[in-house]
Amino acid sequence: MNIVPLVFLILSATAFWFSEMSLTFVLNEVITRFIRDGVMVLALIIPITAGMGINFSITVGALCAQVAMILAVDFQIPGFKGLLFIASIGGTLSIIMGTLIGLALNRVKNREMITTMIIGFFTTSIYQLIFMVGYGTLITPNNKEIMLSRGIGIRNMIDLELYRNLIDRIWFFTLGEIDIPLFMIFFVCGFGLMVKYSTITRVGKEFRVISESHEKATQLGIDVNIVRIKAIVASTVIACIGHYIYVQNIGMLNVYSAHTNTDIFSCAALLAGGATIARAKVSHSFLGIFLFHSLFVVSPQAGQNLFGNPALGEYFRSFVAYGTIAFALIMNYRNKRLE
Amino acid sequence: MIRYIIARYKNKIEIPQLFIIMFLVIMVFVALHLDIPMNWIISDALIRLVMNGVLVLSLVPMLRAGIGINFGLSVGVIAGLIGMCISVNFTIRGLWGLFAGMLFAIPVAVVLGFVYAMILNRVRGKEEITATFVGFSFIPLMNFFWATVPFSNPAMLWPIGGKGMRPVIGLKSYFAKTLNDLWMVNIGGVNIKGISIGGINMGGVSTGGLNVPLGLLLFFFILCLLMALFFKTSFGRATIAVGENEQYASLAGVNIVRVRTVAIILSTIIAAIGICVYAQSYGFLELYDAPLMMAFPAASAILVGGSMGRKTDIVHVILGTFLFQTTYLISGPIANELMVSEVAEIFRLMVTNGIILYALLYEGGIGRNLHGKGSY
Repeated sequence: MNIVPLVFLILSATAFWFSEMSLTFVLNEVITRFIRDGVMVLALIIPITAGMGINFSITVGALCAQVAMILAVDFQIPGFKGLLFIASIGGTLSIIMGTLIGLALNRVKNREMITTMIIGFFTTSIYQLIFMVGYGTLITPNNKEIMLSRGIGIRNMIDLELYRNLIDRIWFFTLGEIDIPLFMIFFVCGFGLMVKYSTITRVGKEFRVISESHEKATQLGIDVNIVRIKAIVASTVIACIGHYIYVQNIGMLNVYSAHTNTDIFSCAALLAGGATIARAKVSHSFLGIFLFHSLFVVSPQAGQNLFGNPALGEYFRSFVAYGTIAFALIMNYRNKRLE
Repeated sequence: MIRYIIARYKNKIEIPQLFIIMFLVIMVFVALHLDIPMNWIISDALIRLVMNGVLVLSLVPMLRAGIGINFGLSVGVIAGLIGMCISVNFTIRGLWGLFAGMLFAIPVAVVLGFVYAMILNRVRGKEEITATFVGFSFIPLMNFFWATVPFSNPAMLWPIGGKGMRPVIGLKSYFAKTLNDLWMVNIGGVNIKGISIGGINMGGVSTGGLNVPLGLLLFFFILCLLMALFFKTSFGRATIAVGENEQYASLAGVNIVRVRTVAIILSTIIAAIGICVYAQSYGFLELYDAPLMMAFPAASAILVGGSMGRKTDIVHVILGTFLFQTTYLISGPIANELMVSEVAEIFRLMVTNGIILYALLYEGGIGRNLHGKGSY
């Protein structure tokens, strides 16, 4: 039995008590965060099922979504046509990037996590190079609005007026004081079901076999490397979709920093729900988002009320995010001692 | 020395080294073209070699013991920061302030390193990712400490309220640049008020010529020498044996846990000393989130030097830090002169992470760990 969700429940409840916030406010915030981050957290499940650990390179999927969105704004493609454009560009890019990451990870079996992390950092710097330096020098923008005044590089913030809350407002209603974006809740849950379904189909069985033992999988006639690439591609594509949902919900694209820490927070949320490095289910991710984000919402105010310093609450929540991952790693590898 | 390096590197030039040397040569030419003074670059390169070199040196014990790159460098860095804060709190000025900071840092580093070693000894074969997150989560934990610690020197505290440490503390009136300026020798410049022997000027104010920070270099080389001597002792040999083959070392009667613990504590202590040297060179004490990403440039530097896992030499540290930091150094002014100023920073990140990624892909995964083949 994993005690992490229980600890999170106690922490959230205590912090909520001291924050003196209203329940409806917290509930509204948590629902918003559920539809914002839900899909992103799901992106982590398939690589874990395939025994590759946490895929920190979901930031690359997020970057693919950002590239697609910047291009859509650059070409000024409005509404659902733009959505289609973003989906096709983002999807193609994330399949390509996912394949590349998969190929890289096949070289570093057993050290996947640190590699995905460095891949995330490395891709971020290439992305920054393209959009901060390449745009305006090598690439000519169509839309001068998004450029910095010096003519080189894209602004830090891009207004996504054309896409803001494009899909959030479908079937949207309020129940008392609580906002319920029904379509998005269905969408995230549907995605969850899809991920769950994909882990019980034939491909999903292959994931589980290779997570047990590569030798056994090879004997069964499974090409381990191909299955691992599939897992990473699926993860990257889901991350791309997840990040699109996140950014369109916020309505502004922070070009250079919207993707940072998505990996850490998604991972911490998943682990908060009771997942481990070796085993993760869709139910873990949904439970985890509620627990982790309710703690996230209330902790600065709780810090303010308890110690008179909101910064302490912020430190506390970053500590929780990093610490959960560190704890999961330590607990999970504890018994793998050398004889 | 040079012959030794050539002999060592004859068949060992890999893509990262080739890339960085080419990059450096191109940049030196561009710098010459832009009239950026060469003597300034060389003397700054020497300072930056030591400024970052001690932090890079701190990776060696853990690499040699087969634990891998210490991505949790921030643990040692924080020990150093605590030591320096104590020194500043007692207002110890000058070079002695710096040494007092190091002295205060060492016991903290031993304690933190011991706990860190206990954690890493539980997760054998997965030290790198665990160390990364232990380092990451230690930073916000220490933020609590910085925000509440009852130090009393007002120079370190927030000016309003007087509680909690400032994120950046100026060391100017304490020990900034004390080691940098120790025995600073000027070659070939015009000297005022100092002693001048055969074109070599000491003391006073010199203009032009080449500044060589003798004291700083001496400090660094003594540390390197001590490290090399450590690996010549029987305990050091045992450490290397553990790094090469744990099972064999264990059969030979080496206490593996003890060797690994000592290697990790040693890494932590040197990292603590390293941040002291860094901070005095930089002139500021950076607390809170500043050490978060410090491990990555250090790891990159040692990899550029040609370190491949357990086969790590002191020469790798010196060469790697010099190449890596000099490219950093020149890229700054060039980027400012040529195009957008952010390019330098982006390039730094790209080179840092590109080199680490290359090393990871080059070393591969299977076979590195002697146990837990292919599965969790």
